[in-house]
Amino acid sequence: MRDVAIIGTGCTKFGELWDRSLRDIFVEAGVSAIVDAGIQGEEIDGLYMGNMSGGRFVEQEHVGSLIADYSGLASELHVPSTRVEAACASGGLALRQGILAVASGYADIIVAAGGEKMTDVDLDTATDALAAAADREWEGIMGATFPGLYAMIARLHMHKYGTTSEQLAAVSVKNHHNGTMNPIAQFRNEITIDTVLRSNMVAEPLHMFDCSPISDGAAAVVLAPADVAKKYTDTPVYVKATTQASSPISLHDRADITTLDASVVAGQRAYKMAGLTPDDIDLVEVHDCFTIAEICAIEDLGFFKKGDGGRASEDGETAIGSRMPVNTSGGLKACGHPVGATGIKQAVVITEQLRGTAGKSQVDGAGIGMTHNVGGSGGTAVVHIFSRDR
Amino acid sequence: MTVARFWRKIPHRYNLIGTHCTTCGEYYFPPRQMCPTCRRDGKIESYQFEGKGEVITYTVIHTAAKGYDNQVPYNLAIIKLNEGPSLTGQVICEPEELEIGTRVRPVFRKLGEESEKGMIYYGTKFVVE
Repeated sequence: MRDVAIIGTGCTKFGELWDRSLRDIFVEAGVSAIVDAGIQGEEIDGLYMGNMSGGRFVEQEHVGSLIADYSGLASELHVPSTRVEAACASGGLALRQGILAVASGYADIIVAAGGEKMTDVDLDTATDALAAAADREWEGIMGATFPGLYAMIARLHMHKYGTTSEQLAAVSVKNHHNGTMNPIAQFRNEITIDTVLRSNMVAEPLHMFDCSPISDGAAAVVLAPADVAKKYTDTPVYVKATTQASSPISLHDRADITTLDASVVAGQRAYKMAGLTPDDIDLVEVHDCFTIAEICAIEDLGFFKKGDGGRASEDGETAIGSRMPVNTSGGLKACGHPVGATGIKQAVVITEQLRGTAGKSQVDGAGIGMTHNVGGSGGTAVVHIFSRDR
Repeated sequence: MTVARFWRKIPHRYNLIGTHCTTCGEYYFPPRQMCPTCRRDGKIESYQFEGKGEVITYTVIHTAAKGYDNQVPYNLAIIKLNEGPSLTGQVICEPEELEIGTRVRPVFRKLGEESEKGMIYYGTKFVVE
């Protein structure tokens, strides 16, 4: 297998993009990425795109064909285009498929993208489409919502480890603060612990400000064999690990409700593949679809011991400038969570950090970064490790 | 949801009929045709659960799932059945009565409905024992 590098990135603004369609945002992100990489359409061997639910959100399937077409890559070049779906981990999985295609030697230049257009439907429909990431027949029909499932994780985490609502809120406050420094973030305003605790209850103990928003957005990266990456850019970012793990789709079938064991396993596989330990990671973008999800993630990936994530978040140990900066982009909470785009956006953010171009949110001396993308309540986890040095 | 999609699950939803692997002895609810431990060596048979169990974790839902708007707030829990497996279900009680460790038993109730003219879903909810 060949080493693989990211040689270009692109991202749209995240938020309620009323004047843009799914194809508009995908093409914008893709074009930004290939311009950044300095490549031509003729060089592209394939497209992989993460999209959870074009069918529910914009009544459009066959997204691979649509985006290849409107990217100008279908009618003459006939570039193969593959849509990848794993609920909210669709983007991370599209990235992984692209990396595997280049690593195998089958393809040289791949564009891996992710996008979701969620605001073309009413809130009820969007919530129901997201609920399809859980087991419809044994969770959804019982009245389970996505916030409801994560609320049950939070309740047990509080019971077992003494985690508090204030500690959950601290995750949201930190991510909103980071969002203020991110030009593409959906929310760029500071909030306080009180903002979270006084917001509407969605599913106890989770308030509205514990939940990531409904968003539109797309992101893309260009992948190339590491051996030729420097031909395209002075600052390639090298893929040190791409891993994935499955776990039962239903929360009730997990061995421990407070542990996303798919995250644990995907993380362990990634450390093994890269020959690294959690101590070697300079920063991480984790899947904070809810505040409790960030707390579980930083524990499950080995940065803090199980049960200590809430305290660590409250004590500022995940802020920019601390030992372990988490979600410098503002995470899903503040940057926004267009579900299919998130896994790719995480890779874009880490690439910018490792290139040293992350602006106000730059982590000093960032050399190794990780991304962690989760599907559903933990049925799929995808982890990547990236490095500035080969 | 089509009638057939709901109808084929009626025995399981109404009467908590799951499965049991006689090779390893594990019980499964929701029913599974493939034992995750024994896989092809597993011998799967139907099993009627008593439905009594213990609340492992719970939430009170204020923003409802589609079709459940008229029920808010409602209690949703993960319940560990006496035979071993856990399931997701609603517990009918005042939120204050619900704690981790609360013992519950099953009752037959309306789960939800699609619309005035649409399907009504029945199935199992739980009450405090």
